[in-house]
Amino acid sequence: MYVSSVRAGLAKSEGRSGKIPATVIGLGVVSLITDLSAEMVTAVLPLYLVYGLGVGYLQLGAIDGLYTGATALLRLAGGHLADRLRRPKAVALFGYGLSALTKLGFPLVGASVAGMGLVIGVDRAGKGIRTGPRDAMITLATPSDALGRAFGVHRALDTAGALLGPLMAFGLLSLLVMDYTSVFAVSFCFAVIAVVVLALFVRQPAGVAVRRPGLSWNVVRDREVRRVVLIVALLGACTVGDMFLFVGVQKTSGLPAGVLPLLPLVTALTFMVAAAPVGKLADRLGRWKVFLVGHVVLFLAYVLVAVSWGGWFPASLVLLAHGVFYACTDGVLMAYVGPLVPEPVRATGLAFVQTGQALARAAGAVLFGVAATGMSSGPAFGVFAAVLAVAVMVGARW
Amino acid sequence: MNRTVLGVVLVAAVLVAGAVFVGMRAVGARSAEEPLDLSSGELVYVDLAGRVRQAGRAGPACQRVDVAAGTLVCLRTTAVPAQSEIVVLDRSGETRLRLSEWGTPSRARVSPSGNVVMWTVFRAGDSYLGGVGTFSTTAGFYDLKRGEHFGSLEDFTLMIDGAEHTAEDVNYWGITFSRDDRTFYATAASGGKTWLVRGSAETRVLTSVRENVECPSLSPDGTRIAYKFRAGDQWRLHVLDLGSGVDVALAESEHVDDQPQWLDDSWVAYGRDKAIWKVPASGSGSPELVHADAASPAVAR
Repeated sequence: MYVSSVRAGLAKSEGRSGKIPATVIGLGVVSLITDLSAEMVTAVLPLYLVYGLGVGYLQLGAIDGLYTGATALLRLAGGHLADRLRRPKAVALFGYGLSALTKLGFPLVGASVAGMGLVIGVDRAGKGIRTGPRDAMITLATPSDALGRAFGVHRALDTAGALLGPLMAFGLLSLLVMDYTSVFAVSFCFAVIAVVVLALFVRQPAGVAVRRPGLSWNVVRDREVRRVVLIVALLGACTVGDMFLFVGVQKTSGLPAGVLPLLPLVTALTFMVAAAPVGKLADRLGRWKVFLVGHVVLFLAYVLVAVSWGGWFPASLVLLAHGVFYACTDGVLMAYVGPLVPEPVRATGLAFVQTGQALARAAGAVLFGVAATGMSSGPAFGVFAAVLAVAVMVGARW
Repeated sequence: MNRTVLGVVLVAAVLVAGAVFVGMRAVGARSAEEPLDLSSGELVYVDLAGRVRQAGRAGPACQRVDVAAGTLVCLRTTAVPAQSEIVVLDRSGETRLRLSEWGTPSRARVSPSGNVVMWTVFRAGDSYLGGVGTFSTTAGFYDLKRGEHFGSLEDFTLMIDGAEHTAEDVNYWGITFSRDDRTFYATAASGGKTWLVRGSAETRVLTSVRENVECPSLSPDGTRIAYKFRAGDQWRLHVLDLGSGVDVALAESEHVDDQPQWLDDSWVAYGRDKAIWKVPASGSGSPELVHADAASPAVAR
C-alpha cells in the first residue's frame, strides 16, 4: 500500500547490503529536521525565561529538572507501545507530532512556570516515545550485516541537526533583535516538516506487522539483553558528564573561557564525520569490540585531561577522542543490540538498553561531581580513567 | 493524490508560511540606533523588545545596561549560542571595548568613575554538585584606564572568616565598584551559603564581610550596600550600612531578582514583573512604579 514508482525502485536496494536503505536515510532526515527544531528551543529557553518572561533563575532550576527527567521512562513506554501495536511508524509519528505541537505551546503559556513545565514535559514525552520505535525501524529495514553503518548514517544526520539548531536560533535572535516568537514559529515549522517527511516519505519496514508480539516485557528477562544492559550501565556510570569534560579540558589546557561554547561543536563535528565510517568498520570487526574500543578512546581522553598537559594540541586531541567515542558507541550499540532482540519486541529491547545507559550516565555525572568537589578536577579525571579501564576489562571478558 | 507530490506540496507550504511569518516580524524589527545623552540625568533602561531606551531615544540592543560618568556598558547575547558580549560606549557613542564571554547575560555595572566595567554571566551545566537544574556564574571586570582584564573572580584568593577557602564549587556574582576603582564588593557562594566579599584589584584578595548578601550595589556616597537577602525561596531587598553594620529590610515585600540600582542616595530602583520600581533606602515608605515594560534601570549621571 506504500507503492509508488520512486519507492518501488528504492525498495529493491533495501535487500542489498551495499547501499544504505531508503528508510534509514528517511529517518535520518526526519531526525535532522526534528533535532534542528528541538535544539533551537533548547538553546534559547533560558534566555526566553529570564529576559522574555522575567522568570528568575530559581524557577528555571525546577523547570530544567523536568527537561532531563521526563525522557528516560517514557522511552520504555514508547518502545513497549510500538511492539504492542506492531506499528513502530505510527507510534514514532505520534511522538514526533506531540513534540511538534508543543513548539506552539511555548509562546502561548506565557510567564506561567507551571504551564512552561507542562509544555516541556510533553515535549520530552514525545522524544521519549519516538526513540525506541525509530531505532527499531532502522534495524528492521537494514540487513543485519550492515546495521552499524546504517546507525552511523542516521546518527550523523541527527547530529548535524543538533549542530544547526542553536546556530539557527541565535542567528534569528540577533537578526530580529530577541524576537523569541519567531524562533518558536520557525522551530514549529521545522517540526511539522519532519512529521510530513516521516508520514509521507518514510516506509514502515516490511515484516513488522506479520508476527504477533509476545508479552513485550519478556525482553527484560532475556539473559543476553540483561547482560548487555548491565555492562552498558556499568560503562555509563564510569563516564564523566559531557559538560564536565569540556570545562575540564578548558581549565587544564589553559584555554580562554571564551572558547568553551565552541568545544561541544568540535565533539559533535567529529561524531558527525566519523559516525558512518566507524559504523561500517564495526560491521566488519564486530560491534561489541568497537563499542569497547570507543571507551578505550574515552579513557585516553580522560588521561590527557588528568595529566593537565596545557595548550591547544592536547585539548583538540581530547575533543577528537570524545567525538570518536560517540561514533564508536552511540549507533554502534543499537546496531549490536538490534539483532540480539527478537523482532516482535525489538523496540522495547532497544528502549530498555537506551534507558539503562541514560540513567547510568546521569549517575556517572553526579558521581564525578562528588569526586571533583572532594579532590579538584584533575585527579577526579584520573580516578574516572582508572575506573573506566576496569569497566572496559569487565566488558571485554564477557 | 500521489504521496510524493502531496509531501512536496505540504513541505513547501510550511516553508513559505514560516518565511512569511518571519518576514512580517522582521519588518521594523531593527530601528536605527540613536545617540544617547550619557550625562542628562535621565533614566536609562532596557525595554521589553531588548533595546536600550532613554526618554524617547532607542539605543543598542542589550539585555543589561548601566551608565556612569559618560561610560555605558551593554551586556548582550551574540549570534553564537551561549556567548555574551560586553560592549562599552563612550559619550560620543564610540565603542571603547568589546569582549566576549561564555555564558548568558546576567548583570552589568560601571564604576562611579566610569573607568571600570563589570559583569556577571550565567553558565548552564557547569556546576559540580546538585546535578540537574543547577547553574554557575562567572563575574569579571575590565579596567578601561589601565587596560587590565580580570576575566573571573575565581582567579582571586578567597578568605572566609580569616581562612583561605579553596572549594571547587565557588561562584561569584554581582560586582559593584567603589570610587577608587580598586576596591569592590561582590557575592561569593559555596556549599549553599553566600557571602558579601570585599575585593581588591591590587592584591587580588577577596575577604568575607557578612553572610547572606547577594547582588550588592554600593550607594553613590559609598557608605551603604543595597542587596538581595535570601529568605527561604524568596529574595527581599535590604540595605546594609557598611560603617555601623545596621541592616534594614526595604518596604518592597515581593520577591525581587535583580541587582538593585541607586537612583540617588535615598532611592533604590530594581526590576520586578517586567517593570522598574523604586523604594526608599531607609526602609520606610512603599514601592513606587518608575517605568512599566522595562528592566535594568540606570541613571545617566
